[in-house]
Amino acid sequence: MTRETIINTALVIGLLMVPLWAWVADEPFIITLSTKVAILALAGVGLNIAIGMGGMISFGHAAFFGVGGYAMGILASHAQSYTPVFGLFEGSNSMPVIWLAALAASGMAALGIGALSLRTSGAYFIMITLAFGQMLFYFAISWPAYGGEDGLSIYMRNGFPGLNTLVPIQFFAITCALLAGALLFAARLAKSPFGLALNAARQTAERVETVGIYPLKLRLSAFVISGMITGLAGALFADLNRFVSPTMFSWQTSGEIMVFVILGGVGRLFGPVAGAALFIMLEHVLGGLSEFWHIYLGLILLCVVLFARGGIIGTLAGRGVAHD
Amino acid sequence: MSTILVIEQVLNGLQFGVMLFLMAAGLTLVFGVMGLINLAHGSFYMVGAFAAAAVAGATGSFFLALIASLGVAAAAGALVEMLVIRRLYSRDHLEQVLATFALILIFSEGTRWLFGSFPLYLNIPVYLSGPVTLPGGIQYPLYRLTIIMVGLLVATGLFLLITRTRLGIQIRAGQSDREMIAALGVDISKLYTIVFALGAALAGLAGALVGAIQSVQVGMGEPVLILAFVVIVIGGIGSIKGALVGAVLVGLTDTLGGLVLPVFFKLFMGASAAASVGSSLASMLIYILMVAVLIVKPSGLYGAPA
Repeated sequence: MTRETIINTALVIGLLMVPLWAWVADEPFIITLSTKVAILALAGVGLNIAIGMGGMISFGHAAFFGVGGYAMGILASHAQSYTPVFGLFEGSNSMPVIWLAALAASGMAALGIGALSLRTSGAYFIMITLAFGQMLFYFAISWPAYGGEDGLSIYMRNGFPGLNTLVPIQFFAITCALLAGALLFAARLAKSPFGLALNAARQTAERVETVGIYPLKLRLSAFVISGMITGLAGALFADLNRFVSPTMFSWQTSGEIMVFVILGGVGRLFGPVAGAALFIMLEHVLGGLSEFWHIYLGLILLCVVLFARGGIIGTLAGRGVAHD
Repeated sequence: MSTILVIEQVLNGLQFGVMLFLMAAGLTLVFGVMGLINLAHGSFYMVGAFAAAAVAGATGSFFLALIASLGVAAAAGALVEMLVIRRLYSRDHLEQVLATFALILIFSEGTRWLFGSFPLYLNIPVYLSGPVTLPGGIQYPLYRLTIIMVGLLVATGLFLLITRTRLGIQIRAGQSDREMIAALGVDISKLYTIVFALGAALAGLAGALVGAIQSVQVGMGEPVLILAFVVIVIGGIGSIKGALVGAVLVGLTDTLGGLVLPVFFKLFMGASAAASVGSSLASMLIYILMVAVLIVKPSGLYGAPA
C-alpha cells in the first residue's frame, strides 16, 4: 500500500465517520457541513479532470456549476408553480430527473465553451474561460424570469424515490454516493486508453499527434466530462441551499473550486476531497475565531503555494505516484 | 437618439477606457516581463483609493491625495513583490493564480480591518468640479475630462519611458530574453521590483481618480481587475499599445452598447422586452467582444503569436 492509498483511505473514513458520529450525537449542522464538503469535492473532481489530467487551466468552471444550479432552479420552480418550462414541458421535483437535466445542460455549455476556448492556450485559455463565466454571470443577473440579481428560492428540497431528502443524513448519503461514483469514474478514466492518451497529450502534444491521435478532440471530450461533473455538483449545491443565485456563476466561485483542487493536490484522485474538507473546516473554525478570518485563510493558502508544493496530498504522500 | 447624447457617451467611454488603461498597463507589463498572472493587481487599485481618501480627509488637498495614492500603492507593490511575488516567477500559472488569489483575501480583509466596512468618500476638488462647455455647446463634467487628460498624459509618458529611456530598454529586453539581460549584467531582481511597483502605482492612481466619482470601498478592485484582464487579452498580453487600444475599445463598447442595443432591439420587439434583452446583452458585450477577438486572433490584437 502506498502512502497515498493510506491517506485516501483515511479521507474516506473521515468523510463517512464524521457525519455518522454527528447523526448519533444529534448534530445536524455538522452533517450539513459534511454534505457541503461532499458536494464541493464533487465540483473539484470535475475541475481536476480538466486541470490535472488534461492540463486545461479553466478559470470559468463556475459557469458549469451555475448552469447545473439553474437547471435545478428552473425545473423545480416550474414544478412548484405547475407551469411548463419555456411553454414546452413540465417542471420536475425529482432529483434523478434534475440531475440528468443538469448533466445535459452543463455538458452542452461545456461543449460550446470548450470548442471556442480550446483554440487558445496558456494564459489566454485561463482568461477566455474566465470571460465565458463572467458572460453567464451577467446574463443570470439581467435575466428577470428566474429572479435576476436576487436569485430564486425553492421552498421544498427535491425528492429522491424511497428517501426523505429533508433528513440531513439521508441527503448526505445521496451526495456521498454520487461523489463516490464520480471518484470511481475518474479513477477508471485515468487508467483507460482515453485517459492515458489525454495525459500524454498534456505532456507532449506533438508526440500524440504523430501516432495519429488528435489532441484537440481528447481535450474537448475531457473538458465536457469535467463540466458535466461540476454541473451535477451545482445542482446538488442548489438543492442543499434550496436557493440559486448569480453568485454561483461568479469568478470567486471559479476561484474557490480551483482552490479545492490546488489545496488538495493537482492531479491527485482524492485531492479535491482533501482540499474541500480542509477549506470548509478552516472556514468553520477560523470563522468562529475572528471576524476577519479571510486574512488567515489567505495566509494559509499562500503558505501552501509557497512551501507545500503539490498540495496536501503531494506533501504527505511525496512525489511520483499520481493517479493511484 | 440625439448627437449630444452620443458624444457624451463617447466621452464617457473614453474616460472609462483611459482608466482601464491605467490598470491594464501594469498588468500587461508584469505579464510581459515576468510572465506572472497577478490577480492581486486590483488590490493596488483599492489601496490607492483608500490612501487617497485617508490623505484627503486629513489634509483636504486632492493633489496630495493623488501623490499619496501613487506612493502608497508603489510601496505596497514593492513590498509584496519582494516578500511573495518574487518566489512565483518560476512557478506555473496555476500556482500564480492561487497565490495571488490568496493575496486578494489578505489585502481586502486587511483593509476592512483598518478602515471598517463602510465606504469612504473622496470629494472632487472645487477647481475641478462643475461642467465645461465643449465646442458645439456640449456640457461635460470637467473632472471626467481631467481623467481623460491624465490618462493620455500617463500613456504618453509610458510610451516615452519604454521607447526612450535606459529603463525602458531593459524592460523590453526583459520581455524578449530574461536570461540574456541577466547575463549582460542588469540587476534583474531590482528591475522586476521596479516594474511591479510602477504597475502598482498606476493602478493606485486609477483607484484614486475613480474613487472621487464612485465610493471608496473594500472589493472595488476586483470588477475592474477582471475588465483589465479582458483589456490585456484583447490587446495581446505584454503589449502596451495593445493595452491602450484594448482599453479604449472595451470602454467604448461598454458605454455605447448600453445606449445602442436597447434601441436596436426595439426594431424587432416590444419596448419593455427590447430594454431587458438589450441591457442584458449590453452587460455581456465586452466578454463577447473578447471571445470574438480571441477566436479570430488567439493571441490578441498586438500579441506575439504563441
